[in-house]
Amino acid sequence: MNLPTFLGGVHPHEGKELTENKAIEKLMPDSGLFIYPLSQHIGAPCSPIVAKGDRVLVGQKIADTEAFVSAPIYSGVSGTVKEIAMKMTISGSVENCIVIENDGQYEKAPALEKPKNSSEYVKLIREAGIVGMGGACFPTHVKLSPPKDKVINWIIINSAECEPYLSCDNRLMIESPDEILRGLEYVLEIFPNAKGVIAIENNKPEAIKTLTEHNKNSNISIIPHKVKYPQGAEKMIIKTVTGLEVPLVPALPADVGCIVLNTRTTWQICKAIEEGMPVTERVISVTGDAVAVPKNLQVPLGISVKELISACGGFKEEPLKIIAGGPMMGLAMRSIDVPVVKGTSGILTLTKKLAYISEESACIRCGKCVEACPMHLEPTFLDHAVRKKDYETFEAHGGMNCIECGSCAYSCPASRHLVQSYKNGKAAVNAKRRKAAEEAKKKAEAK
Amino acid sequence: MSSQLTVSTSPHVHSEFTTRSIMCMVLLALLPSGIMGIYFLGLRSLAVIVACVFACVLSEYLWQKYVMKIQSTISDLSAVVTGLLLAYNLPPTIPLWMAVCGSIFAIIVVKQFYGGVGCNIVNPALAARAMMLISWPTAMTTWTINGVSGATPLAAMKAGTLGKISLCDMAMGNMAGCIGETSSILLIIGGLYLIWEKVISWRIPVIYILTSAILGGLFNHGGGFYPCHEILTGGLLIGAIFMATDYTTSPMTAKGQIIYAFGCGLLTALIRTWGGYPEGVSFSILIMNIAVPLIDMYTESRVFGAPKSNFFKRMGAK
Repeated sequence: MNLPTFLGGVHPHEGKELTENKAIEKLMPDSGLFIYPLSQHIGAPCSPIVAKGDRVLVGQKIADTEAFVSAPIYSGVSGTVKEIAMKMTISGSVENCIVIENDGQYEKAPALEKPKNSSEYVKLIREAGIVGMGGACFPTHVKLSPPKDKVINWIIINSAECEPYLSCDNRLMIESPDEILRGLEYVLEIFPNAKGVIAIENNKPEAIKTLTEHNKNSNISIIPHKVKYPQGAEKMIIKTVTGLEVPLVPALPADVGCIVLNTRTTWQICKAIEEGMPVTERVISVTGDAVAVPKNLQVPLGISVKELISACGGFKEEPLKIIAGGPMMGLAMRSIDVPVVKGTSGILTLTKKLAYISEESACIRCGKCVEACPMHLEPTFLDHAVRKKDYETFEAHGGMNCIECGSCAYSCPASRHLVQSYKNGKAAVNAKRRKAAEEAKKKAEAK
Repeated sequence: MSSQLTVSTSPHVHSEFTTRSIMCMVLLALLPSGIMGIYFLGLRSLAVIVACVFACVLSEYLWQKYVMKIQSTISDLSAVVTGLLLAYNLPPTIPLWMAVCGSIFAIIVVKQFYGGVGCNIVNPALAARAMMLISWPTAMTTWTINGVSGATPLAAMKAGTLGKISLCDMAMGNMAGCIGETSSILLIIGGLYLIWEKVISWRIPVIYILTSAILGGLFNHGGGFYPCHEILTGGLLIGAIFMATDYTTSPMTAKGQIIYAFGCGLLTALIRTWGGYPEGVSFSILIMNIAVPLIDMYTESRVFGAPKSNFFKRMGAK
């Protein structure tokens, strides 16, 4: 069967067999410190609305802000606020965090107010602190508030889960298909003229079957597509489902009439609307070849990664790398003494057998990166430009459109650190643009 | 956990391809036709192969160690491939000192002077062969088979006589020619293996071979339409499968590869029919090698999401 897909991409070892058949286990520790960074999303960081010594409940709002592009933060446990201090987060940076000492009672705060009609959904979604839970953490209510002149024709639920090793979305689709379908129906109520699509990579037959069986809505279709990385990248999944290409940056999916939501995000939307439940927990695949028993765990947010590892029987072999997220785009962690946040979809532990460390050698111009790039860039050319600090060439040849999926570096026989180069290049261009904007502003003020 | 965790940029996994593994596969694909060459053309061929490979590896090692004072890259096996390809493009009777000179030229002048692996602008083995052809024309064009010297089928075709060699002998490699170029079937098997392993794409070899066979036939080369003879004689197969596909000196985009392969095929047919030499594969590839930066510039792919633009408009824009 010829399944829809996009041009380019790679086929890394899937490694899903470690967790794909493992039912979600609930982990609710009796004690311990739970840490909530004040910035768990793209946009303005929140300010604490609790103080040291306060007692908080599960689902109680602990931090919020007035800014539009932001999302409030809720406690996942009940207990006492121990301190508000700088702590290391999962990305390795040190940020302001609220620390709560868990009393193990899981006493619940009152639910959020139920929406009267669909016009109040977006407000509620912001209130519930829902963000893109695939890892990017873009506030969902912002996505659901496209500019007035954009017509939304498609709501796409991104269930590709193309990152190897992860299966938390897969398990969620198998175990709570109705919540995901209803979540999508609620979003369709906001956009009555749009069609709903759940796009799933074909390596999850059980999830495809379950959702198809449970789907009674003729406006929602379940579309299986080819197994290829990065199928779950926003632009690639739009191309696969609709055949449309999102124009160059800074264009957004709404420019081609699409809104793409993550599976877990859709589940959260359903829970928020039906039960008034904010984001307080999530499912995480703890997997890889270093951990003793790979599992899919449902945990309260704020829990330490260390606890997840010990719930999976600790390490059976010494890990070389521990990654927050998948192996293609995930962040290598400096320490496991850090808390789980909204966007943590997986904890991948790799021994030196699987983690790849190798010396760079000279580019042999094999063109494998060109073939792999789903954005149809010429990675090796951009890499040369960045290394020469020729950021103008980098920009002129589309470097800012790189989605950092890592397909090029994955396929490079010379192990060039290509993604690192584009990150540097993009940062340099952005810094230059900011500087230019500031200077323009100063000039305008001087006049 | 006793030791510290390693932190690096994503991706954290990698395909099994390395420069070394790619070179290994190329060597493996080249091996059968070399064995056939030794079988048909005599043990002298083996001496030429050993001399070339040894000279290439040693000159790369010594140059990097004592002149450049950098870590040697001989373990990536690219020098072995260059040596082997050069040997395959030499007649078995070539004096060994000439083969060694050619090898040193290939590695030092063509490859290392330009910055080493990945930086050379023309294929080192082909450039060395061209240098040898100009420097020692007689030694480079004396062919013997079974102890009897004779014209290559291509030279016979150029003279207007097809010669007495059957297509079957041509396919197996039982004819006068260079060490590695004669056994067509084994070269094709090697090529299919490389395409199967995704080391090379089908585009360059297939388009190159078809273009030069059809055009050579249409140009009335050999006194008639003989596309099979065009393919099975001379260095077309080894050139199209192993030399024109050299990563460093061929375009990276699909569009670029098609233009490049067509150019190689056209030039080969032109040189074979009207050029001064009976064979034109080496020069065609060398000329197209030089055109690669230009081809790359004009065949840059359209970035995902960018407006579709007309090719000629883009030519004007540059």
